Amino acid sequence: MIDYNVDGDGVASITWNMADRPMNVMNGDSIGAFRDAVYKAIGDKAVKGVIVTSAKNDFVAGADLTNLLKESKDAAKATQNSFALQKLFRDIEKAGKPFVAAMNGTALGGGYEICLACHRRIAADNPKALIGLPEATIGLLPGAGGTQRLPRLIGVSKALPMMLEGKKVDPKAALALGMVDEVVAPADLLKRAKDWILNEGQSSHVKPWDQKGFRVPEAANTPRGAQVFTAGNAMLRAKTQGNYPNAQYIMSCVYEGMLVDIDTGLKIESRYFVACTQSKEARNMIRSLFFSIGEANKLANRPKNVPTQSYTKVGILGAGMMGAGIAWACSSVGIQTVLLDSTQDSADKGKAYSAALLDKRIKSKRGTEADKEKQLGLIKATTSYDDLKGCELIIEAVFEDRNIKADVTKKAEAQIATDAIFASNTSTLPISGLAEASSRPANFIGLHFFSPVDKMPLVEIIRGKQTSDETLARAMDFVKKIRKTPIVVNDSRGFYTSRVFATYVTEGLTMLAEGVHPAIIENAGKMAGMPVGPLALADEVSMELMYRVRQQTKKDLGDAYKSDGSEPVLQTMVEKLGRIGKKAGKGFYDYPADGKKKLWAELSKHFPVKPEAEQPDVQDVIKRLVYIQSVETARCLEEKVVIDVRDADVGSIMGWGFPPFRGGTVSNIDTVGVQPFVAECDQLAQKHGARFTPPKLLRDMAAGGKSFYAA
Amino acid sequence: MTEAFIYDAVRTPRGKGRSSGALHEVTPMRLATTALEAVRDRNSLDTSLVDDVVLGCVMPVGEQGADIARVAVIQSGYAETTAGVQINRFCASGLEACNMAAAQVMSGQSQMAIGGGVESMSRVPMGSDGGAWATDPAVALPTYFVPQGISADLIATKYGFSRDDVDSYAVESQKRAKRSWDEGRFSKSIIPVKDINGLTILDRDEHLRPDTTMQTLASLDPSFTVMGEQFGFDSVAMQRYPDVERIEHVHHAGNSSGIVDGAAAVLIGNKESGIRTGLKPRARIRSFASIGSEPTIMLTGPSFAAEKALKIAGMTPSDIDLWELNEAFASVVLRFMQALNIPHDKINVNGGAIALGHPLGATGAMILGTMVDELERSGKSTALVTLCVGAGMGTATIIERV
Repeated sequence: MIDYNVDGDGVASITWNMADRPMNVMNGDSIGAFRDAVYKAIGDKAVKGVIVTSAKNDFVAGADLTNLLKESKDAAKATQNSFALQKLFRDIEKAGKPFVAAMNGTALGGGYEICLACHRRIAADNPKALIGLPEATIGLLPGAGGTQRLPRLIGVSKALPMMLEGKKVDPKAALALGMVDEVVAPADLLKRAKDWILNEGQSSHVKPWDQKGFRVPEAANTPRGAQVFTAGNAMLRAKTQGNYPNAQYIMSCVYEGMLVDIDTGLKIESRYFVACTQSKEARNMIRSLFFSIGEANKLANRPKNVPTQSYTKVGILGAGMMGAGIAWACSSVGIQTVLLDSTQDSADKGKAYSAALLDKRIKSKRGTEADKEKQLGLIKATTSYDDLKGCELIIEAVFEDRNIKADVTKKAEAQIATDAIFASNTSTLPISGLAEASSRPANFIGLHFFSPVDKMPLVEIIRGKQTSDETLARAMDFVKKIRKTPIVVNDSRGFYTSRVFATYVTEGLTMLAEGVHPAIIENAGKMAGMPVGPLALADEVSMELMYRVRQQTKKDLGDAYKSDGSEPVLQTMVEKLGRIGKKAGKGFYDYPADGKKKLWAELSKHFPVKPEAEQPDVQDVIKRLVYIQSVETARCLEEKVVIDVRDADVGSIMGWGFPPFRGGTVSNIDTVGVQPFVAECDQLAQKHGARFTPPKLLRDMAAGGKSFYAA
Repeated sequence: MTEAFIYDAVRTPRGKGRSSGALHEVTPMRLATTALEAVRDRNSLDTSLVDDVVLGCVMPVGEQGADIARVAVIQSGYAETTAGVQINRFCASGLEACNMAAAQVMSGQSQMAIGGGVESMSRVPMGSDGGAWATDPAVALPTYFVPQGISADLIATKYGFSRDDVDSYAVESQKRAKRSWDEGRFSKSIIPVKDINGLTILDRDEHLRPDTTMQTLASLDPSFTVMGEQFGFDSVAMQRYPDVERIEHVHHAGNSSGIVDGAAAVLIGNKESGIRTGLKPRARIRSFASIGSEPTIMLTGPSFAAEKALKIAGMTPSDIDLWELNEAFASVVLRFMQALNIPHDKINVNGGAIALGHPLGATGAMILGTMVDELERSGKSTALVTLCVGAGMGTATIIERV
């Protein structure tokens, strides 16, 4: 696990090498072994210095999250454990002999904190290696000295964004920031580390903060520091809406820690770290963002016993925004991509989208002209169905019209092998209906991408009635191949993501109709943790589109169609006012060319606002906006539209930005507690309508004292 | 309860609070002693009758630190037995000092006491004393800290005061301040600041811009836009006030209080002390109050403090002849007038801090003195003096001419 070796020159090597793991991680066992090695080296007078390195591709990837929260349940014990780890790292720092981190690869979180405890950090010039403290992204904070050592090393104003945003940088960028001291050729890494120990290291193994007179230049008791923290606090609240306690704790660790000596600072950090481990936010984020997404990426729900399919050629029908984006996704992983549209001009335009993205990469130095040429060479823009020959998969991304879709399905299927998959990127039309146009409905499936495809990491895979297990498995292989995260849902109107996402927008529009102040609706959406308010979102989606989908649904369902409080709003906005959304430059908002969007001044003429005394408390508005999504998700689970609760959580976060601190639409119910959630929904239903009525699934769970996830 | 009377009120002129200001060369200690010595000398006061000197000072660090009130008492050559205490209720410190001095008298624990304040903003700048509210994340985040300028803009946005409204108010303040100087309305209280040779350094408020017009103000950029939009403070304010879609930034240097240097002192005593010193009471303190209000909007406290003081005095707003509210920002005064339905011709009749400046620790005592003078000049009877206070407070005092 940890190899220990002393060479003839008295240089010890402590080498992380966890045989049973793909990467080195910090857990009870590995830390124990590391501790033994450290004290052996410190205690051995013959040892002149110590190299800490790894025998794997990566250095150390961070803490082992598997049992972290479970083992932290007892706050007193967790604090003692944290103090003990701090002491180990502190003893390295005060060893009286030089420790060098020879960072051969990725060093994240606790892994980088080991490096911070060392007297020198030398990184191998490996552009794939990532260095950083990403704990914030899973609801935690750097709890092994990171919040104390990094600002002391590189300054408060540089360290805060690294930790608050959990940025990961390559060795060269880390060098520029001062996070590492040297970057050397990988082959020279150990040699240079040893050199440093035997030369400079012999006289410079006292940390700056252990030297007399050390002051943190940007501590809060300096004018500059006071500014950094005053603005930093406001920016943090502006960004997080106060929803992420760990982010505030990071700020607090740095604020409080920089005003005291490092030993006191480390105690402060430990206490805040333990507070993070006790928080529901960390539990939710670790579960959904780390484990559930990880499982989805590993295709946990892939039907077994189907051989893995590789993809060499994919056809895309329709070169509009979605088709162009999907072409980018395919070609970026080396798949030959046929991008087909009805005119050559449209097809070329779709290909130009990839060219523009590649140009951007070149500009930001994330790509080269050669990369561009290579990737564009993979995309064939065409109008000829003949070019689809040999495609293992066709993705249809044409206009949302059944007849057009049926037509292109037939034309494409005529060209491809009988076992090829045909996928539709529809976001609204039921897959089983579309499959009726297919001559092989077992090979027909839905692949719902999100816009913009190059940025959105999720693909919602929709199983039609006749879709085979084999097709599902192979479609999942494709999603994995293009490095996106799949969730699997069953066919239903709006599937899972569109259906639940719509409730958020609908609820906002309904409140507007009720006379809730539009600013309260919008601010509440943001305060709930959603990326934008529901009215702004309606503008972005386009109310015309929303209205059209409703009309289609009404036609399809006939008497079964249920109207709701948002419909008159849509009708007024689209039919009466022609304010269809952002695309048209006017919706709920005005979009002045030279300024920021602003709520339309005449909105209250059409949707009168109740007097201030009758306005709801913003917390109640937030509750409505969040709960409606969770209760609709519960309905999806009951109707078996979604099978795996983890898919529901992952889909909500990655698909439409449901707040990660809530863990997703399902975790949110667990966080509230199923019983209280049901009780609150009943109250909401009484007050606002039957759409809040909890489904039987939830009532049964509440009655049985059950939760979706094990506590 | 013993009654407390105001026997005298003095103030230094207000010098521009920067290195080019006339009072920048004068230490805050010298400003404070100028006021204290004037109270003694022009009343031939036996200072052994003064039990305590309470001085407001908002940046009590550096040369304003270490209980500047007591050291100013010693330095002024007051009786050794006169105690001194420095207090801080932010912008209302000077008034609070008078209220505390009055409270000592009213409770019978002091015969005579001085309330006042001192602030050399040019020498000990704002922010010098640090503090947790803005910088400590554990405090700033949960309590929605925003700087006062954002609060002032929030008031304007929430209560519907446009840039024109706040600018018009500022123009009028300048006009009134000029008239007051032209007519000598401040002459009773102004004590020139002199140098070591007795030569006058400053005998007139220095911050006024009597030529201010709507046009000159229109050219000024709002001061808090960057702070609000780029540093996130607008968002913080809106999270506390979600019915606000966006903050309209309307305040700038021309419609906010000026940064100045100055000191003031008010001599307060019971009836007997007047007899013993042969001084005639000028006004009676009817009531006073301080109150906390919502801290993010921060500056709406005066109306609540005024209502509280009125209630204590058994009065209603219609019983007040003159209102004086520190012009921290134009919107603060406009909101106060709106909340209590006060016509503009009854409030800040001699101009205010937009024209004259706001030496933080001293202003409350200065405007209390201004009201004593104005009641006497106009022959009116009652006045209510109040200030908005940082962190969401208000302080008010009601006086009645005798």
